[in-house]
Amino acid sequence: MNIAVCVKPVPEPRHYDKIIINPATKLLERKGIPMIINPVDKNAIEAALQLKEQFGGKVVLVSMAPPDTRETIKEGLAMGADEAYLLSDRAFAGADTLATARVLAAGLTKIGGLDLILTGSASADGGTNHIPSQLGELMGFAHLNHLTELHLEASTIKMKTKIENGYVEYEGSLPLVLGVARELNTPRYTTLMGVVIAQNKPFTTWGLKDLGLDPSNTGLSGSPTQPGDLHMPQHGQKAQMFAGEPEDMAGKIIAILRTAGVLD
Amino acid sequence: MEQQPGAVWVVVEQNGGILAEVTLELLGKARDLAALGGGAHASAVLLGSKIESLAEELIAHGADQVILMDAPRLTLYQNDTYALVLAELVKKHRPEIVLFGASYYGSELSATVAAKLETGLAAHCLDLYINDRGEFVQVVPAFGGMILGDILCPTARPQLASVKPGMFQKPDRDTTRSGETLIETPTVLEGYASPLKAVRVVQSQPAGLPLEKAATVVAGGWGVGQEAWHFLDQLAGELSGAVGCTRPALDEGWAAGEHAMIGTSGKTVRPQVYIGFGVSGATHHMAGMKDSGVIININKDPAATVFQVSDYGVVADAKELLPVLLEKIREYKGKSKSQATIKCIQ
Ligand SMILES: Cc1cc2nc3c(=O)[nH]c(=O)nc-3n(C[C@H](O)[C@H](O)[C@H](O)COP(=O)(O)OP(=O)(O)OC[C@H]3O[C@@H](n4cnc5c(N)ncnc54)[C@H](O)[C@@H]3O)c2cc1C
Ligand SMILES: Cc1cc2nc3c(=O)[nH]c(=O)nc-3n(C[C@H](O)[C@H](O)[C@H](O)COP(=O)(O)OP(=O)(O)OC[C@H]3O[C@@H](n4cnc5c(N)ncnc54)[C@H](O)[C@@H]3O)c2cc1C
Repeated sequence: MNIAVCVKPVPEPRHYDKIIINPATKLLERKGIPMIINPVDKNAIEAALQLKEQFGGKVVLVSMAPPDTRETIKEGLAMGADEAYLLSDRAFAGADTLATARVLAAGLTKIGGLDLILTGSASADGGTNHIPSQLGELMGFAHLNHLTELHLEASTIKMKTKIENGYVEYEGSLPLVLGVARELNTPRYTTLMGVVIAQNKPFTTWGLKDLGLDPSNTGLSGSPTQPGDLHMPQHGQKAQMFAGEPEDMAGKIIAILRTAGVLD
Repeated sequence: MEQQPGAVWVVVEQNGGILAEVTLELLGKARDLAALGGGAHASAVLLGSKIESLAEELIAHGADQVILMDAPRLTLYQNDTYALVLAELVKKHRPEIVLFGASYYGSELSATVAAKLETGLAAHCLDLYINDRGEFVQVVPAFGGMILGDILCPTARPQLASVKPGMFQKPDRDTTRSGETLIETPTVLEGYASPLKAVRVVQSQPAGLPLEKAATVVAGGWGVGQEAWHFLDQLAGELSGAVGCTRPALDEGWAAGEHAMIGTSGKTVRPQVYIGFGVSGATHHMAGMKDSGVIININKDPAATVFQVSDYGVVADAKELLPVLLEKIREYKGKSKSQATIKCIQ
């Protein structure tokens, strides 16, 4: 069973409060924020490794990202994936989700022979959760997102996906593209041994020409959506402040609740 | 029948014949956008089985037209069948804008349809408007809501957007409104075999009032702690409200479940009153409550960010204040009830 896992290097979410918009350039500044593999993509890697342990085959990582993310992607090799493919070209910059899915689909098609393609359900930075569905459509594979359970029995796959206040049970067969939710499993820790071995695992980089893509279909120029201005959410109202003994504070709150009409 | 160009569509989400709130919220917005587009139609696209009766309700909430596709094949939502028929309808009628609720279904369906049509899709929009150049601006959150970005779709059509529930006001229901219903048949599904099958949908309504419908939301954060958490439930009970939470309170297992989380990854609420205890005011959380009517926060740190979006700030230890507040409210209600009784007797 050959499985590809799409992984996206993202700035570490714990530091998102440090991101600012430079008032002069209007561009995002995220200097000094370390890059990691998108957290839920590790759940996708974990799922792939478990299937490999059960059924054999190999697990490959595929990422569309700038060349300086190699070390980040190697974290996935250290977890146990066999090979990595970095799809990197200046012509891929500024891609929206459709243009991203086109490049990923071209890379996955070139790798070939894949039974299952896993992604995370959403990235921590862009967070659109479009990629699993769009990749499925472009590959011509059936697809689901927000997968919380996965059981492979003979030729049928049984799956559960998350919806508001519940879940849906699905049955299907390979090949599939599945977006994995964090409820699916707990990603394994990387061992020092894993990190050492990862250094010697195959790591391939492909650009626009290798993938046979037309630059008018990739990056910003291949994107139907175009980014406009960036903003920070505006707050800045001045609260009326109170402090004192709990009894007095409770009295104040009751008065406010009454005025607001929710306590009579 | 030829559709006027420029129509704004809302893809209806319904569950067992009950319309999703976000669908109704979007109908109001669709009408505004359609009006700006030179009096184009605001249309609701209704897919499902045995759902004709919902058409009237959609018209009462602002649809000029309902495009209805009623077929057994569409009983359960599946991304493949729904996306196939929607893409066909779009090709036939050429709307300008198509809006989806950013629910689990809506997010997946919108992405699938966008890929089929190779058009643009803005995700989880917080606002939609037409700017002074006549462009459709879609405001989306990124980095967990720390940054908002404007998205434009200059040439590809239609322009697709998924919108978070709770962003727009639901229009008033007006049963005197009239609109047309256009009946379509899913001919694209003839001879089509789904590679996937939705076998069963399991949903349980969480106990109590749904958070987004509560007039009062009592929210708890990390500062409340496990021991004091039950006071929030009691307080919400006394105020006929519902309990919401921040992510740490959910992760700790104090809150009832994911349905209670407020913020970019959870619910957007705009109750009459939001009263928060031990909430620091991370943008992720505030994105989901900042439009509430009256905002009260209780935090022991006078410099807490949450006071910046509050109307009233109380600097206090939530663990000490909660039991006292609860007792005082019960006392107050007891008194006002006995006064009411006296009034009745007189
Ligand atoms: C402020 C801002 C707003 C944006 N809004 C939109 C928008 O509304 N519409 C739009 O089309 N684009 C938007 N984008 C662009 C979008 O974020 C990028 O296209 C991004 O490359 C992929 O989308 P995502 O991260 O949202 O993917 P998601 O669909 O959220 O990611 C799901 C999974 O797909 C896989 N994946 C995603 N990207 C890659 C990758 N590069 N390589 C390998 N695997 C990957 C990962 O497994 C990931 O977990 C926005 C970007 C920014 C900065
Ligand atoms: C991508 C992403 C998405 C996220 N989405 C969400 C989301 O949708 N919703 C969400 O809520 N969070 C979300 N988060 C997490 C968010 O960033 C914050 O970490 C979280 O909202 C903080 O919760 P808190 O206020 O309960 O805890 P803390 O930030 O730890 O604050 C606790 C507060 O309680 C006060 N306090 C402590 N003890 C007491 C006491 N005894 N009495 C009174 N006050 C006290 C403290 O002064 C402090 O202000 C997300 C994070 C990321 C990275």
